[in-house]
This record gives sequence, C-alpha cells and structure tokens, in this order.
Amino acid sequence: MRTIDELKKIASQVRRDIIRQVNGANSGHPGGSLGCADFLVGLYFGILNHRPDKFSMDGKSEDLFFLSNGHISPLWYSVLARSGYFDVKELSTFRLINTRLQGHPATHENLPGIRVASGSLGQGMSVAIGAAITKKLNGENTLVYCLCGDGEMEEGQVWEAAMYAGAKKTDNLIVTVDVNNQQIDGSIEQVMPYGDLRPKFESFGWDVLQMEGNDMQDVIKTLTEAKSRTGKNKPVMILMKTIMGQGVDFMMHTHKWHGVAPNAEQTKTALAQLEETLGDF
Amino acid sequence: MKKYPYTEKKDTRSGFGAGLLELGRSNPDVVALCADLTGSLKMDAFEKEFPNRFFQIGIAEANMMGIAAGMTIGGKIPFTGTFANFSTGRVYDQIRQSIAYSGKNVKICASHAGITLGEDGATHQILEDIGMMRMLPGMVVINTCDFNQTKAATLAIAKHQGPVYLRFGRPVVPNFTPADLPFEIGKSILLNEGSDVTIFATGHLVWKALEACEILEAKGISAEIINIHTIKPLDEEAVLRSVRKTGCAVSAEEHQANGGLGDAIAQVFTRNHPAPLEYVAVNDSFGESGTPEQLMKKYGLEAENLVLAAEKAIKRKKPEFTHS
Repeated sequence: MRTIDELKKIASQVRRDIIRQVNGANSGHPGGSLGCADFLVGLYFGILNHRPDKFSMDGKSEDLFFLSNGHISPLWYSVLARSGYFDVKELSTFRLINTRLQGHPATHENLPGIRVASGSLGQGMSVAIGAAITKKLNGENTLVYCLCGDGEMEEGQVWEAAMYAGAKKTDNLIVTVDVNNQQIDGSIEQVMPYGDLRPKFESFGWDVLQMEGNDMQDVIKTLTEAKSRTGKNKPVMILMKTIMGQGVDFMMHTHKWHGVAPNAEQTKTALAQLEETLGDF
Repeated sequence: MKKYPYTEKKDTRSGFGAGLLELGRSNPDVVALCADLTGSLKMDAFEKEFPNRFFQIGIAEANMMGIAAGMTIGGKIPFTGTFANFSTGRVYDQIRQSIAYSGKNVKICASHAGITLGEDGATHQILEDIGMMRMLPGMVVINTCDFNQTKAATLAIAKHQGPVYLRFGRPVVPNFTPADLPFEIGKSILLNEGSDVTIFATGHLVWKALEACEILEAKGISAEIINIHTIKPLDEEAVLRSVRKTGCAVSAEEHQANGGLGDAIAQVFTRNHPAPLEYVAVNDSFGESGTPEQLMKKYGLEAENLVLAAEKAIKRKKPEFTHS
C-alpha cells in the first residue's frame, strides 16, 4: 500500500503528463484532467484491484473503471501508462495521427486499459451498470467504478441510469461525480442550475458520500469508505468537490481552460509549479 | 416458377421470441433486455424461463443500449428488445459510441419496423432504420421475411461476434421458409431463377416478390427472386451474378428509398456493373394510421407495384446489358 505522500508524488507527475500531452497536441482538455488527477491516482494506485500487465477486455476477477467524461483523456492516459498498461513514451503521441491515444478514449485502436469509447456525454454510467450486472451474473465480488462530470449531469441518460441502478440495487457500483461547478459555457449556475445532486440520487435509492477530491488523504479515506458500503442493496455515489485546473495557478477556478491547450510559455509556467517525480515521458 | 407452400401465417416477432427462448436454453451467456415491451417483442417466454437473465429496463432505451454494451464486458451476449423506432433513431448516438465504435457484441432486436405497424401511425413507423444502421461501420443489418427465418436469424446472430441489428415486424405473413434452413449471415437466398429481371427483396416484401413473380410469369416475364435478408454485409457476389444474367433489377423494401436496400444495391451496380434499378420503397414520406394492408397498398408496396417496376426496369435495359 502506497503512502499518501507517494500518491501525491505520482499525482504531481501525472499533472505534468497532462500539461505536456495537451501542449504537444496543441489541443485537449487540461482543466478537468488536472482537477480529477488526485482522484484517479488515488483510485488506480491505492484502491483498484486490477492487472495492468495483463489487460483483457473481459476484465474478469478484477475491478473495472469507466470514464464517462471522456474529454479528460490526458489524465486517464497518464494514469494508465504510469500504472503499467502501456509505455509512458506513448503519451507523446496523444491526439496525433495514427495514435492509440485518441482525442477521446476509444477501444478501436486497442489501447490497453480502455473497455468502451466515451466522449459523447452521459453514456458511461449505463455501461458501468451493465458491466456490474455481468460481474454479478458471473458470481464475482469485484467492483465497478465510474467517473462522470457535473456538467454531464445535464444529460438525460444519466437519470435513466441513476433510476435503474437505484431501483435494481446495483450495489457493486461506485460512481464518482466531479463537482467542479464548471462547464464549457460557464459555471453550472450560469448554464443550468440544476440544484443539489445529493437528494436527487438519494431519492433514486443511492448511498451518497461527499469527498474533497483534491485532498489525497480524503480521496483514499472516502474511496475506502465507499468500498465498505457496497453489497448493501444500494449503488454508491461520491460527490467529489474539485477545483478545475488544480495544481496550475492560472488554470484554477475558471472554465476557460476546459478545452484549451497552453502555449510554450504557459506550459513552462505550469510545469514550474509541478514537481517532476517519476521522470517525464 | 418454384412454389412456396405454407401452412400458416405467423408474425416475424414471434420467430424472434421462439429463437430467443431456444438460445436461452442452449447458450447460458445469452441475456435479454427489454424497455417495457416484453409482450410486444414476444420476450415473455424467455423472461418466464430465465428470470435471472432477463432485465426489465423500463422506458429508457438509451440506458438499455449502454447497459447492453457494458454487459458484454465479461462475456455476456445481450439481446435488446424494443420497437425499431426506439431501437435506432432514439438511441443512435448510444449505439454509435458505446456499441458500434466500441465493437461490442450486442444484438439489437427491433420489432414493429415499417408501416405494417399499422394504426399507431407515423410516430412509431420507422422507415429510416436500415439506412441509419447500415451506415455504422461494423454493424450487421438483417431484415427477415417470415417466422422461420426470424427464428433462424436469432439463433445465428448469437454466434456472430460483433454488433447486429435484427429487424422484424408486427403483422402475420406467410411462413414459407423451411424450418430447418440454417441462417447464413450475408448469404442471400435464391428463391426463383429467372432471366428477364431480378427482384431483390427484403423483409415483408419477399413474399410480395413471390406473388409478383407469379403475375409476371403469367405475362411471359421470367423474374429471378432473391431474398436479401442481410443488407449488410450485402451478398455482392449474388447481386452481381444475377444482374449480369438478367440485366436489370427491382429492389423491394418496407423502408425509405433513401438509404435502404435499394441504395445498397445501387452502390454495387454503380461500382461494378451499371444496370437499370427500380425502387419499390417509400418515397421520402412518413407513414400514417391505417391497417397494414391499407398502408402497403397506399404506399405502393404491393405485388402489383413490383410488377410495374419490373416491367419498367426491363424497358430501360439497353441491348448491351442483356444476357442474350
């Protein structure tokens, strides 16, 4: 088991990877990627029971993770590479022609670690529910994790999935919502003030937890708590408070860096704020 | 012409239900999902016998497609069931991203396709589904003609690795396909050999083509009838072999002319062997309420329409296109 400090060091390197990938491709989504970095590092390096060296699409007898807000792909690719799913050098091909690291995650190019395409929002929770059902049919007691964005909660399919998992007691499922209160056109309050997520999910029959998503200690503590709440007839939801752009001062607290790449100078400034801990790709 | 006797008329959707039940017994990986239309899709027998492998999703087709995609991870073979309208247009993006692009082994089973859905009207009578589904890379598109063929197709698609769209319907139609005829994906069936014109028919129009063949025969016209149950991948070899012999063709489908079987055949003709092709299809129009019989007549999908189209195609033949 890695210490909180070790996890923080990995997260710092992952943040560097995000900035360098997006700068290299001159496109991509740094804001949400930076915001969710602590969560995904905590999950992959501290919680998930998985086999990075032996990836199989079926993922039998291991925990599965689905990224529903696929645009934060540079984060996922970095975490997958740093976990050992593929060589970190491949991060330099992000979004370039003939790459396996497509703009949004895809299975089409057989990138290890990815089990369904995402990018068109609102679909991941349904897929995760399906995978969780199959785990039960196969008699497994492994878990299925899914990450969604808070802007994504505006998609109708999310509520179809929320309804189903609550009603049918999909209790081997842990869904995290990245609550950074930002979407492309502004804050959630500006674009679509949909109110409090907790009572909505609770009324559908979910067990809802809160988490400070940029506090590694709280990430590990809450994910561990979430695991302990599975198998109790309720799907588990974590409302994860994060800051978009976390770790790079000029990208924080704004929706402006949702889908914009930093230029050379901005990249330099950003990297100066992020310690290189595991060696750049 | 070759005769196709039948003992009863049955609905194609019941063929799906019978096939699904048989699959339940023979393949433990087969699971079924339905969006609140279990009776209409004839999935109730499967539900009763295999309650743990049947999933009632409610009226939430987008979620159904996503769940089906997810269930393949770990080895299940999900069969989704709802009306064709809600199996395609309503959930096109879910199918595109989570199933087709992701290469998931989902069988999208769609009933009540086309205008023979009848009285419910145009909101439910999808005539664009073949076009939408055949545009998706990797998607197999099947439209069966009777009970026995639908049952056989249901069994066959479980053995195919990859996404499949299986289209069938509501009305009872002559059940003439031999019950023991195995279904081969992508392999058309030559129902009658002819020399003057080929009728390529799919779904409910296959029986109409056989009726048309008889009328044409009485007029001294020899029509070749081919059942194109698989629109994608299209049996190009059989299509070209036939048109090289007859020199002209008619396509017949309960679907828009735009994007359907006719367009698929036209593409093969254009690329390989230009020849006159007449479309018997719905021409850029929505359907409406009425009995299936009334609608087939009003929208020009009867045997008489096929006869007229065949005669027109023959007239359009140029000497160099003819066989002899």
